Amino acid sequence: MSMFQIFNISGSAVSAQSQRLNVVASNLANVDTVAGPDGSVYKARQVVFQTHLFGSEQSAGVRVAEVQEDNTPGRRVHDPKHPQADAQGYVTYANVSSIEEMVNMISASRSYQNNVEVMNTAKNLLQKTLQLGQ
Amino acid sequence: MLNRLTDTLAFQSQALQLRAERQRLLASNIANADTPGYQARDIDFAQALRGAAGEAQGAALRTHAAHLGGAGGGAAAGGAGAWALQAQTNLDSNGVDMDRERAAFADNAVRYEATLRFVNGSVRNVLDAMKSHNAA
Repeated sequence: MSMFQIFNISGSAVSAQSQRLNVVASNLANVDTVAGPDGSVYKARQVVFQTHLFGSEQSAGVRVAEVQEDNTPGRRVHDPKHPQADAQGYVTYANVSSIEEMVNMISASRSYQNNVEVMNTAKNLLQKTLQLGQ
Repeated sequence: MLNRLTDTLAFQSQALQLRAERQRLLASNIANADTPGYQARDIDFAQALRGAAGEAQGAALRTHAAHLGGAGGGAAAGGAGAWALQAQTNLDSNGVDMDRERAAFADNAVRYEATLRFVNGSVRNVLDAMKSHNAA
């Protein structure tokens, strides 16, 4: 029964979206992280989605292909009093844009809701199908 | 004789199967709303049903000239799923229009339920026909 595949499809999408939400949470948590003495700082991460087929061409789920790191340099702020300031008095923050992450979060949560609703509808239809002929 | 009783049922079960198929396709589209490069797909239900009914039992179900007639011809959409038209171009070349997909999903769900009721009605008809007069 092809309707049961919907749970696989939407389930994979929900799982991928929650992974995206996870990455957004990490990025947002590290928005104010500064570079340590070795100069390395947290890099913003981004999930990359990919279509994942369940058996046939018609049931296309999603999976996270990879988690990419953003390699743009972090923002540098002149603050000589900061304990982590370098020799020139600059502090390097993580390259996370909180606005971008918030937008990403809203998009992920909307997609999550959409897929949950799809599963609910499929469940209702299947339950009604089970009552067929009664 | 029994064929005549179950012909309607067979046709409706085919319609139900196609509805389920389309529901799965739409679920795939919604699941891949954020996948770069994914193109939304859909099936032309009328054409697919015509194809399925034709395969199974020819035109046996056309009890009326107006039944299942329609325009006919054209490209075969079939059950494989044709590419849906892209509503607007995205930077990541994703072709899913979420509004359209949600609307189609809700529409298909209602139609699936309707088909379920038709099947239920047909089953009840057959059962009624088989009932004995003498039964209380």
